[in-house]
Amino acid sequence: MYVIRREWLVKRVLLVTAMVVVLGLALVVYFMVKESIPAFKQAGPANLFSSEWAPGEGRYGMLIFLVGTLATTAGGLILGTPLALGLALFLTQVAPRRSRALFSRGVETLAGIPSIVLGWLGFTILVPWIRELSGSSGSGILAASIVLAVMVIPTITAISRDALEAVPSTYAQASLAMGATRWQTIRRVQLPAAKHGILAAIILGMGRAIGETMAVAMVIGPASVFPTSLTSPTHTLTTKILMEMGESTGVQRSSLFAMGLVLLMLAMALIALMRRVSGGRSATPEVVE
Amino acid sequence: MARIFAVLGSLRGDRLLVEAPEKGITRHRFPARRDERFDAPGEGIKFHIRDLSLFYGKRKVLENITIDIPERRITAVIGPSGCGKSSFLRCLNRMNDLVEGCRVEGEVLLDGEEIYGRDGDVTSLRRRVGMVFQKPNPFPKTVYENVAFGPRVLGIKDRGVLDGIVENSLRRAALWEEVKDKLREPALALSGGQQQRLCIARVLAVEPEVILLDEPCSALDPVATQRIEDLLAELKEKYTIVIVTHNMQQAARVSDYTAFFLIEKQGDPGRLVEFGETGALFTAPADERTERYITGRFG
Repeated sequence: MYVIRREWLVKRVLLVTAMVVVLGLALVVYFMVKESIPAFKQAGPANLFSSEWAPGEGRYGMLIFLVGTLATTAGGLILGTPLALGLALFLTQVAPRRSRALFSRGVETLAGIPSIVLGWLGFTILVPWIRELSGSSGSGILAASIVLAVMVIPTITAISRDALEAVPSTYAQASLAMGATRWQTIRRVQLPAAKHGILAAIILGMGRAIGETMAVAMVIGPASVFPTSLTSPTHTLTTKILMEMGESTGVQRSSLFAMGLVLLMLAMALIALMRRVSGGRSATPEVVE
Repeated sequence: MARIFAVLGSLRGDRLLVEAPEKGITRHRFPARRDERFDAPGEGIKFHIRDLSLFYGKRKVLENITIDIPERRITAVIGPSGCGKSSFLRCLNRMNDLVEGCRVEGEVLLDGEEIYGRDGDVTSLRRRVGMVFQKPNPFPKTVYENVAFGPRVLGIKDRGVLDGIVENSLRRAALWEEVKDKLREPALALSGGQQQRLCIARVLAVEPEVILLDEPCSALDPVATQRIEDLLAELKEKYTIVIVTHNMQQAARVSDYTAFFLIEKQGDPGRLVEFGETGALFTAPADERTERYITGRFG
């Protein structure tokens, strides 16, 4: 009797926990939609997705910030992915067994650096450096991309490394035994076998880059203007919300919610994409007998 | 750190080698002597092995193996588990190089050339000495791409040439009739026996001279095993075959020569006890230990 009661209790508790989480998520989406409605109603989608941000004149365009988000994210991935993949290959294929753990620890430590620290280093070292080299203000998409690259490298490296390690060593052995070089083996056997995992790693890195706020805010400018070059100040969706949140009311405040909603939808689209990519995983099929 | 640079160096070296492909797929830096002896099968010695010892770190795995592997014959290597027979096989195409801390002493001559020589080129050695593993290990690619892998690595891009090599290799591996309509299907969908013959076809596609098989039938059922054994009997017309097997009946059935390896006691290195014509070794073993093993009294 006691056992049955306890079973029942455990089930209920778990159910409630699950409900709370799902409800929480639903509430987040609900509030974002509800709070953005005034902006969509009063300003209209055309206004909201225009490139002019001038709340005083009733202009609430978020295109600049959307472009800023996409550009810095793309930049971070373009700079970070090759390095991260190279590092993952080094860790799995080249590094001697004993130093692998050491390098892996290093990568994990890099993942633990608070973003404010990276932003601060970017602001104090990277931006002045770019300023000197380019003669511009120094802040902008380039600086933000570099900071984001540093942030996504640990994520992409760790997950790509796991994907590469999951490739059965018999594949590499078969390839090497046929006289393929190590590089040919990596390129023709191991990378293709791990490609689903590597794609998932890049998408996860992308998710991290899209949502990053603080570190980007410190090196992006900020300025609500279209970037004219990689080193001209601009804004991203996240940094714009950060800057405006304290002092906005009415439609302006609602338009910030609309930006948040766009960001949320981008993130959800990424997760859906990742599920599709890693759902079709055929990286490590068992050899069927 | 020095080791890292060494490995990076080898990576770069390998790539340079790939970028200078010659035409055809039978390109060797070693003198290829097979063709000269083509009309006199079995007369030559493919591998001269003298005082071969193998170490994994400080542990001696093989000691003073001296053996001649005859050309275009099937040589079986038998012995109890852990006697070093697979390690011995992996010395012949330098697959042991992949094991960290591995060291080889003695001479291994392939057609008179030292394969562990200073300028021994591992990739071209492995093209001449192909290997089939214990568990079938096709790549997670299509049947076609598995067989075309080796030729592609050698730089062959022409579709027609590749098609020809794929069909020819599959025919020689006695697999063509079963897979000719499934060339675009994943290799991992084939049965275990078919996968193993696919792995043999994959090796044949680079035109090796020697085929090493490491217990190739241990994961297969008797029917699939029979097919592989029949195939080996056909392949020895053209190839030198060395097969490691824990199955003495198999050794007696398929091989022309048999080598018996043994470790005396735990911790000892593996040694070659007896080597000779299979018929003689199984009917009248010269060594008492061989007799005890083949009559099933130990091992």
